[in-house]
Amino acid sequence: MSTTTKERELSISVLKFDPYNKESKPHMETFKIEETLGMTLFIALNQIRENFDTSLQYDFVCRAGICGSCGMLINGRPGLACKTLTKSLDPVITLAPLPGFELIGDLSVNTGKWMHGMSEQLETWIHEAQDQEELDSRRLEKPEDPDVMDEVFELDRCIECGCCVSACGTYRMNEQFVGAVGMNKIARYMLDPKDARSDEDMFELVGGEDGIFGCMSLMGCDDTCPKELPLQSKIAYLRRKMVALR
Amino acid sequence: MKIINTDVLVIGGGLAGLRTAIGAKRRGHQVIVLSLVPPKRSHSAAAQGGMQASLGNAKMSEGDNEDVHFADTIKGSDWGADQNVARMFVNSAPKAIRELAAWGVPWDRVRKGTHTSIINTEKVEIKESDEAHGYITARDFGGTKKWRTCYTSDGTGHTMLFAMSNQAIAEGADIHERKEAVRLIHDNGRCHGAIVRDLITGELTAYVSRATCIATGGYGRMYKVSTNAIINEGIGHGIALETGVAALANMEAIQFHPTAIVPVGILTTEGCRGDGGVLRDVDGYRFMPDYEPEKKDLASRDVVSRRMTEHIRKGKGVPSPYGDHLWLDITILGKAHIEKSLREVRDICLNFLGIDPVKEFIPVRPTQHYSMGGIRTKHTGESITLTGLFSCGEAACWDLHGFNRLGGNSVSEAAVAGMLVGEYISEFVEDPLNRKGILTDKLEDFCDKSAGIIANLLLNDGGEDAYEIRNELENIMMEKVGIFRNGDDLKAAVDELEKLLLRSRKITVKNKSHASNPELVMTYRVQKMIKLALCVAKGACDRTESRGAHAREDFPERNDKEWLKRTITTWPDENQTLPTVTYEDLDIMSMEMPPGFRGYGKDNRIPHEDSEKRQDEVDAIREKLEAEGADRFTIQEALLKYDLPERYQGKNERLTERF
Repeated sequence: MSTTTKERELSISVLKFDPYNKESKPHMETFKIEETLGMTLFIALNQIRENFDTSLQYDFVCRAGICGSCGMLINGRPGLACKTLTKSLDPVITLAPLPGFELIGDLSVNTGKWMHGMSEQLETWIHEAQDQEELDSRRLEKPEDPDVMDEVFELDRCIECGCCVSACGTYRMNEQFVGAVGMNKIARYMLDPKDARSDEDMFELVGGEDGIFGCMSLMGCDDTCPKELPLQSKIAYLRRKMVALR
Repeated sequence: MKIINTDVLVIGGGLAGLRTAIGAKRRGHQVIVLSLVPPKRSHSAAAQGGMQASLGNAKMSEGDNEDVHFADTIKGSDWGADQNVARMFVNSAPKAIRELAAWGVPWDRVRKGTHTSIINTEKVEIKESDEAHGYITARDFGGTKKWRTCYTSDGTGHTMLFAMSNQAIAEGADIHERKEAVRLIHDNGRCHGAIVRDLITGELTAYVSRATCIATGGYGRMYKVSTNAIINEGIGHGIALETGVAALANMEAIQFHPTAIVPVGILTTEGCRGDGGVLRDVDGYRFMPDYEPEKKDLASRDVVSRRMTEHIRKGKGVPSPYGDHLWLDITILGKAHIEKSLREVRDICLNFLGIDPVKEFIPVRPTQHYSMGGIRTKHTGESITLTGLFSCGEAACWDLHGFNRLGGNSVSEAAVAGMLVGEYISEFVEDPLNRKGILTDKLEDFCDKSAGIIANLLLNDGGEDAYEIRNELENIMMEKVGIFRNGDDLKAAVDELEKLLLRSRKITVKNKSHASNPELVMTYRVQKMIKLALCVAKGACDRTESRGAHAREDFPERNDKEWLKRTITTWPDENQTLPTVTYEDLDIMSMEMPPGFRGYGKDNRIPHEDSEKRQDEVDAIREKLEAEGADRFTIQEALLKYDLPERYQGKNERLTERF
């Protein structure tokens, strides 16, 4: 581990706004803190809240890059704050909430609500065949192709952080657009042999302007996905599948 | 105050809470789930390595079954676990994993043919049978006789939680996000729901329910460094304790995971060692075989953590600006394996340490990880003392883990406990005897009082700072209630925490907003956390023996004679500054597996006279039945009878035990 201790003074500007307080107006506030070894934006924001502004709102849960809570604009680019090391940034840092989601306050946005709505709309769960008997969990599980399970896992790694939605040009123009997160889910369930839905069923869910045919292929999603999901290739795959059904 | 009525109120939207909700919903009850965060962000998602279930599909899992899983779990617990609960658990784990498979968890599967694994730093060829191809596979974990930990790479908790959460959405579970239960509503020994604060608007609502289930996970965040998510502050335990009626058990049983990265304390899974990684010291020397020749790097977690600490104390640690650490070496596993099966670990190392574990060693140190203690319940998940209050998962102490939990048994417990408690809680609300609700005037009193408590916090002008108090709490726990404990430090911790509790009643909240107010949240939470910390420290101070993760330097023996009992802490009077501590004996004469030697280090026990007596009984029963040609199920039943909800009774099918 590196032990260089050349401390910098960081100047962190945060967008402050409380939509529940009528007197509050959106504005930037700047805080100066000393950088420490291995400092992440999680550590920096906690220091700011403890020492300068106890009202500052933001969301962290796992602080390890796996729960998807802390998506925000870091110098204008969507990313996870918890795994962003300050040393990877210039000492002047600007933080703003992810656009496209309901603002709770300051850096906190309601991605959970958005994702829940997306899940309901696209029915992001395994659909059993109509004639399938109720699961008897005492019996052996159904064998699956190991390679197919690996592929499903690859797409199942999405943490619903919302970075792809905030980075999406199409979503800016059409708030009904399901985003890369939604299309990735559909690709995931199409791959999964346990899901009995046909390609036609999936077409009903994403086969329009709010889905695969709305995407302008700007690929902001693919550029910003913190889990590096293969969004570009999956969107292309889904489009090929859906074109065939049109 | 607004009032919302429901049959079942589940507090906590992780694996255990969601599974409980699905169970009760399927039985036709109205269910509301409260969650501090969107459920998919819950700490269950952070589980990496896997879920134990004795499927026995893979070559290295052959011969595995409930009996082997049971024995591993009881030994792992240092005989502190409830054996009835452990039996319920091992029988249900295969059912829980098969259900999760059907709900979409893409479990890693057996591939027929030969593959190479690293075992004891040697390359070993393992041949999987054609018949097992496509069934759920398993990896090795610490303290287990067979390879039993099923997984999806090292993102197992994530895929489990997403499948569970999606299933909850599919079944129309009513989930209320960003809500915090700040008080339980209770009257005359009966729980009637909770007073709930909206973390966005600050509004208080009374959720009145017939049955309430706390599934809020662990309380690890009372330590300065912990692998836990920052929401694991034990608030569910706090509101239970503050009823003065519900009890907490074995709060001193705190697990330290051997391999969290230094300094930030993020976990790297036990799967690193399960898959063949090893620990090394400042000289690059693999030291674990010297201490534990049999299980080596894969001894139980409490054992490995202590051996690492001993080794660092001998001067063999690697110096760093954050104190000494050791190395976790997974370079021997190779790039392909790490990229497939340990990719989260690799990401964490790249992101937070700037190192690539394919080529470099990972700096690790034992770190607070899991809470074996929790809300004391019966095997049904219901509090023994507060009717209508249930608890499950890490939050609860139905007592599956005793004084040390095995790796892979946590997410497994969460899924199983939710599955079983979902049934038991349904039975409770279906019973006409439990229909009686709370009187309106009593409820109104409760609402007014709760609103008053929050309002007063904002008016309080004692001059203390919430963040400062929180930091002091974390430091006391870190320095004085750690891996190795001693009477002097523990006494000092209790004294300091008691003073801190008094100070926490004088916090001035500078931010006066009634709505979203992180400082106010910190204030009411830290007051609860100090009470919980006192339960931990006092329990540890009074327990003059070493058992599992509770290791006393001044009392190194496991003392079955005097200490084969559960610590019970309550807080009957809100003006108390220390918890009330009592004990609950474990009955050896009803155990299937009487206390014995765990197999680590030297045999350092003060035995209980009943242990030998019961062992003779057990041996005689087994011998007799074996002579009669009885199968393992009959023998097991003769030794210990356990209860299960009707829906989840029955044997588990295996490739070698076909129906």
